[in-house]
Amino acid sequence: MRAVARMVAWRAAFAAPLLLIVTVAMFALAQASPFDPVRQYLGDRATVTAPEIVEQIRENWGVDRPVLEQFTTWLGNLLQGDLGDSRSFHRPVAEVIAERLPWTLLATGCAIVLMLAGSLVIGTIAAWRRGSWLDRVITGGAFANESVPVFWLGLLSIWVFAVQLGWMPAGGLTDAASTTLDPLDVAHHMVLPVVVLAVSQSSWLVLFVRESVIGTLREDFVIGARARGLRERTVLVRHALRSALLPFLTLLGARMPELVTGAILVESVFSWPGVASASVQAALAVDFPLLAVTTLLGTIAVLGGNLLADIGYTVADPRVRTLGVG
Amino acid sequence: MRGRKGLVFAVAVLAVLGLAVLLVPPIVQLDERLVDLRSAGLPPSFAHPLGTDEVGRDVLVRSIYGLRVSFTVGMVAALVSITIGGLVGLVAGSAGGTLDRVLMRIVDGFNSLPHLLFGIFIVAMFSPSPVAVVVSVGVTHWTTSARIVRSEVLSLRSRPFVEAAISGGASRARVVRRHLLPHLLPHLMLASVLMIPHAIWHETALSFLGLGLPPHMASLGNMINDGQRSLLTGGWWASLAPGLFVVLPTLAIAILANHLRDRRSPRRRSELSL
Repeated sequence: MRAVARMVAWRAAFAAPLLLIVTVAMFALAQASPFDPVRQYLGDRATVTAPEIVEQIRENWGVDRPVLEQFTTWLGNLLQGDLGDSRSFHRPVAEVIAERLPWTLLATGCAIVLMLAGSLVIGTIAAWRRGSWLDRVITGGAFANESVPVFWLGLLSIWVFAVQLGWMPAGGLTDAASTTLDPLDVAHHMVLPVVVLAVSQSSWLVLFVRESVIGTLREDFVIGARARGLRERTVLVRHALRSALLPFLTLLGARMPELVTGAILVESVFSWPGVASASVQAALAVDFPLLAVTTLLGTIAVLGGNLLADIGYTVADPRVRTLGVG
Repeated sequence: MRGRKGLVFAVAVLAVLGLAVLLVPPIVQLDERLVDLRSAGLPPSFAHPLGTDEVGRDVLVRSIYGLRVSFTVGMVAALVSITIGGLVGLVAGSAGGTLDRVLMRIVDGFNSLPHLLFGIFIVAMFSPSPVAVVVSVGVTHWTTSARIVRSEVLSLRSRPFVEAAISGGASRARVVRRHLLPHLLPHLMLASVLMIPHAIWHETALSFLGLGLPPHMASLGNMINDGQRSLLTGGWWASLAPGLFVVLPTLAIAILANHLRDRRSPRRRSELSL
């Protein structure tokens, strides 16, 4: 347990300054931006709005004050939990996030589970039947899949399953006509985004599980298990797969940035109402308060992924637990 | 996708696409703003092998132009990120000590950032343009090459010829120029070749989200984005066909890189054939 506490402290010591630097960098970029936030907010109305009102908005937002003061106000508010107001959604940022974050977590959570389960099974099968046509199809498919952009895969799946076959809805959270949240309806709308996200993320995992299992299948303890006459399934699952799993935990945490990237693109393709698609909408509208918060959230997700991977590794591997890593 | 067949496939794809990008634009002059509503939304045919889009522009010709734009943007972005990474790695590896540790922490920090999200942030704050895309990709992707170069410099530094040069009184600049760079160049070149498809991917993703290149430019991401609407009414070609111009070169380069890696480490080839 002490090793875990030390790990958390070490990671936090790295994360806090990093997040601070990220906020500074984002603020500096926004300052360097040629866009005038007030003009952007007013859009077409900018030409017909009275100059006094424009000045009033400037004063309310505090964009006419010194840069340093603006930054400390913004950062202070963030730390106190006041995330500001989204200029594109016309609502508090906290509200937008609170409403959308659960949908992102639901979709990406299901995708992670599906990706893990699917790639474990497929990767193990490929390793077990190594060199067969099945293995070649799996490894070739995984290799090709790496080259396919996730948004293209999403569009392809919409064309096949929504347009041609009509099995699945093309996007959204519920049917356009429905006014309530029917769990079955939501689940139906979730199938394509979740499967596309899982498939697009799983190539490296399938290949990794395969290589890892092939490696352990050669180890003495597996040969020993075979020699004792254990069933093939027991050898494969209980002996080979189990010890092949360890490095997998750290790799999973290290893939967090790709997962965030995948979520942004998949949510946009399927108009899924999550935070990731909100960040794209915020970017299109140059909505700094919301975009900055979603970018910070993405960074926190990556840092959290790294931490979870480290903890998982410590708990799972007694050698790391006793020797410690730094 | 392994063995000779994969290699032939990869070389053929790159050759055909390369020739198309070089030869088609001078022959077929594309007016990026030209629309022809009489031939809008036509399915693939002999006159238009990949059909036409919503406003009647030939998808094949536009895709080739788009590949040229995406490739140029991708190559410049890759060069920018490799240059930054190479310099950081060179400095960190040859200086050592505190500077090395600080630089490597910065690399760790950049690695903790979700690349696309930061790319989106950077392009959002500036108007859609090739420069914004290049900056957003370059700034977020230099860390890998910095790591590669640093570890290479570290291993080179302890080699006898470098030690001999240093003890012979060569200046730091001379050691870097005459003894380190020639060894680093092949690594940097391989890294930039591998970087190009990734940079193209980023350009396409940003443009697809409507944040990358200006909408009138024939870029692959813009075309995939524009084609989305006709996809729902069954016109697959306007959106999915330009995507193939991203998938095929990326796959071809991945296959080539895999071959290179296999040739350099035969053990991997024999034991864990991929």
